[in-house]
Amino acid sequence: MIPVSYFFGLSIVLFVLGIIAFFIKRDLITMFMAIEVMLNAANLAFIALAKAAGSPAGQVIVFFIITVAAAEAAVGLAIILLVFRQKKSIKAEDMRLLKG
Amino acid sequence: MGIFLFSLLAILCVGGVLGLILSRNQAHSALFLVLAFASLGGLFGLLDAPFIAAVQIIIYAGAIMVLFIFVIMMINLEQGIAPERKRWTLGLSAVLAVFLLIELGLAVRGTLGALGRTGGESIGNPTELGRLLFTDYLYPFEITSVLIIAALVGAIVLVKKKEKE
Repeated sequence: MIPVSYFFGLSIVLFVLGIIAFFIKRDLITMFMAIEVMLNAANLAFIALAKAAGSPAGQVIVFFIITVAAAEAAVGLAIILLVFRQKKSIKAEDMRLLKG
Repeated sequence: MGIFLFSLLAILCVGGVLGLILSRNQAHSALFLVLAFASLGGLFGLLDAPFIAAVQIIIYAGAIMVLFIFVIMMINLEQGIAPERKRWTLGLSAVLAVFLLIELGLAVRGTLGALGRTGGESIGNPTELGRLLFTDYLYPFEITSVLIIAALVGAIVLVKKKEKE
């Protein structure tokens, strides 16, 4: 049988990869996808720990995280579309109205 | 058998995320992400969570990524944006990522050994999950439905074109 710590390690690696993608990529959509990767890494950690603790409560939390991620994706993509309509660009460095 | 399946799915998953990072084209990135999410669904299945695995495939790899691909089609850039031009920021982010990896590893090192192994009694029974969802977690469940309505209305109001302006 597979040690649960392997899954936990994979979750850490995925989270770090998500952070790398978030900082390296320059368009808003791919940065948003990187956020989804990080959310999924957290989900994997939750499910691994639910298995380790022998309680399905962790799976319920993951269910809620997936629901909230769906809501977040809908609103976030709407905002990206709105930004694209105004600026004709989705590069992150073009959004600098608030930069001092 | 289990360890073989785990290695295969883990490699697919990490490879998918690496493909997301390395590809210039946003549509390709989205497809790589679908691969990563689908293999994560398989990993959830290995961890005795068949219901969450199905939800992961249907909602994440299905619905959310289709939403992403719709938006990519609407925005329709001819070619992707090159990654960060300044070399030193790339190097710096790589170094910081390695540091973060080590830091996270150190932080959970104590717990990792105590986690035990998969197998043993089953916890992923969908009946049990549903009972928990409608008894202990009833209030979060209802609040989530309000959240989804708010997100739906918000998305529609945001994207709607204003009349005569």
